[in-house]
Amino acid sequence: MKKLGIVIVIVLITGAVWGLLQSQPSEPKIDKLVLTGSSTIAPLAAEIGKRFEALHSDVRVDVQTGGSSRGISDARAKLADIGMVSRALKDDEKDLPAFTLALDGIAVILNKANPVAALDKQQIIAIYTGKIVNWKDVGGNDAPITAVNKAEGRSTLELFLHYFGLKNTDVKPQVVIGDNQQGIKTVLGNPDAIAYVSIGTAEYEAGQGAAIKLLPLDGIAASVENVRNRSFPLARPLNLVTPAAPTGLVKDFIEFAESPQVHDLIEAQYFVPAPR
Amino acid sequence: MSLPRADRRLAALLRICALPAVAIVLLILLFLARESQPVLQHVALNRFISDASWHPLQGLYRLTPMLAATLYATLGALLLAAPLGIASALFSRYYAPPLLAAGYRRMIELLAGIPSVVYGFWGLTTLAPLIGRLHPPGVSLLSGMLVLALMILPTVALTVDAALAAVPVAYLRSAAALGLSRWSLIGGVALPAARPSIAAGILLAAGRAIGETMAVLMVTGNVVQLPQSLFDPVRTLTANIALEMAYATGDHRAALFVSGLALMVMVLVLVATAELFNQERRHV
Amino acid sequence: MFKSHLATGLTWLSAVLVSGMFTWLLADLLMHGLAKLSWAFFIESPENAGRSGGIGPIIVSTALILLIAVATALPLSLATAVLLSEFTRRDGVFALLLRRSLDVLAGVPSIVFGLFGNAFFCIDLGLGFSILSGGLTLACMILPILIRTTEEGLKAVPDDYRLAAVALGMSRSSALVHLLLPAAVPTLLAGLLLGIGRAGAETAALIFTSGYVARMPDSLLDSGRALSVHIYDLSMNVAGGDAAAYASTLVLIMLLLIINTIAANLMKHWNLAKA
Repeated sequence: MKKLGIVIVIVLITGAVWGLLQSQPSEPKIDKLVLTGSSTIAPLAAEIGKRFEALHSDVRVDVQTGGSSRGISDARAKLADIGMVSRALKDDEKDLPAFTLALDGIAVILNKANPVAALDKQQIIAIYTGKIVNWKDVGGNDAPITAVNKAEGRSTLELFLHYFGLKNTDVKPQVVIGDNQQGIKTVLGNPDAIAYVSIGTAEYEAGQGAAIKLLPLDGIAASVENVRNRSFPLARPLNLVTPAAPTGLVKDFIEFAESPQVHDLIEAQYFVPAPR
Repeated sequence: MSLPRADRRLAALLRICALPAVAIVLLILLFLARESQPVLQHVALNRFISDASWHPLQGLYRLTPMLAATLYATLGALLLAAPLGIASALFSRYYAPPLLAAGYRRMIELLAGIPSVVYGFWGLTTLAPLIGRLHPPGVSLLSGMLVLALMILPTVALTVDAALAAVPVAYLRSAAALGLSRWSLIGGVALPAARPSIAAGILLAAGRAIGETMAVLMVTGNVVQLPQSLFDPVRTLTANIALEMAYATGDHRAALFVSGLALMVMVLVLVATAELFNQERRHV
Repeated sequence: MFKSHLATGLTWLSAVLVSGMFTWLLADLLMHGLAKLSWAFFIESPENAGRSGGIGPIIVSTALILLIAVATALPLSLATAVLLSEFTRRDGVFALLLRRSLDVLAGVPSIVFGLFGNAFFCIDLGLGFSILSGGLTLACMILPILIRTTEEGLKAVPDDYRLAAVALGMSRSSALVHLLLPAAVPTLLAGLLLGIGRAGAETAALIFTSGYVARMPDSLLDSGRALSVHIYDLSMNVAGGDAAAYASTLVLIMLLLIINTIAANLMKHWNLAKA
């Protein structure tokens, strides 16, 4: 037993020494690009980063999450080279150079088992402010409505409120969610739920056979195609921000991210490449 | 009592090693205090109780419903997990045949290692819809309690199991020799001997329940309100921080850190109350 | 006699209930994730935001993070537990302060640990998003678990051992190394496994410290995505990532199974060697 213990200790010490040696900066020629911010953009940024690395062998692109406000503050404090922000910039943020990568539409979704096929603006406002509480008042089953709202501060919420002319204090939801996937899963599990999520994600899930349906907004069908041709009214921009006008490696990356070379990656995440 | 020199050196070394634990707590408290500063400078503490609601973007910072939700969820989870956990430990120590006991213990160890995300995901897609059929919307205080109970059960079970294993065999042999029935042996000898450890295990589980973030975020519905029934959606303080931190700036962000401090105070109060009921064994 | 039977019945009922829940959960995981498991899944890197390819680098990062967490927390917790159990007065101020700190530490939310770890390890100490930051943050999280269980294990060792040691003229340190610690090993191990389980399951704390990068790490200062973070990203952030999320969970459970089985076997050896 004692011998085993000694062996284990030796292995651990060797491992630790090896680990520490590895931590020495061994290849000073490797350039690192750090992106932080929105977790919505993160998977896309990571894929773009991988393709960029394949084209530039001495570059590493590290993507971290932390939210859009993290993206702004890290870019400003130069803790990151590029910030990922999944919304339009606020007035006090406009001093940072921003580059729109893609568009993400927002659709209202219902469970497929819900017979209601469309809702107009007034009905949606009434549902979300708690004035209509039963589906039968809008032509559906006799069942209580479960209105699903997004958490405060989220850009999807801001856009939704802005479009319908509401304040968050007006909204009386039954459930509050964080990510799109949570919204979709909530509607999947509750036939009387109504929620609003990213169009791309919803379209994908519906295409995979998930029992949800996307409602048209003001008569325009909610589809990625309609976001692409700008006919769909509700969409948010996915932005990259930099501390100052981009130069060198950062400039190369931004140009790459804005080029048609990554359109397939953007579409693989169910966003729409920003029109140029 | 004076110790030989080697022991005094050892004691000093041990004290140094114990410092990080205290240091970390202080650092965390300082960190929370520092990040809360921006909002505390112009928002009085009582507003965190007396404001009309929690709508930080409109300057409203009421924390009470979320404090209540955290408390209810934790207590509910403990009420479920403590007896089940203790029973699980008893099962694997005294009631089950050795092979079954080993398998059962392995299963509990695995339950302890399943990520909170998985519990939340399962709760959202499987448990909540079931509860929703009983009473919409499904995501509620009840589903939060159930999922939390499942998550903290391994902590109770494993610590009690270890405690029971440490009960000196002599105690049990004497009890058996005296002709005590199995339950008298367990309830009258083993459990009381292991009581301080059981209390420690429950306290650890309570800590885990209070601090759980991901799973409750997914299954409690996240509506800021005082629950009128078990089926009402609620938002715990931890879920609140996780939900809004990513997009919060300035005062909103600082207010979230204030809720973090409120949590720490809650933990302190809970722990102090628990310690009142716990008597330490004296030994040399 | 009736009480005994009732107790037996209730205990078996509880065991069945808990096993039932676990089986339900496991069946759900297997049903959705088994299809994706393959040898390639363990080795390859993630492709297409994790929806295809494998989780090789992620397993490596997770193992490194866990190793750092345990290597840091184990000696510190052992020392602190010994201090609390053997060297301090029960009602002493230092012990009280220490115990309160540990209880509070156990209740800190995982996301607060993540934010703190980011501010302290990544920024203040300059480690940046790295496996080291993640491991150290996790060490802070599992410290209370390890200390508490080890302390309980030591306290459970009968005083006869200590009295015998004094009678034999052994120093405290000697008694510790030769008598008390060996007697407390089973409890120690149980606490260690609980701590490892908790560390492996931790998500929020790691997102902000060891980070999101899914590349094979070259050093401990590289950012590395942990398995729990990957599962979170796939299930909550990436459309169509569900299948891979389930499969990754199965891999995590497998890893834990391996660690726990090794530990159990070590225990058996230990007990046999003692006897």
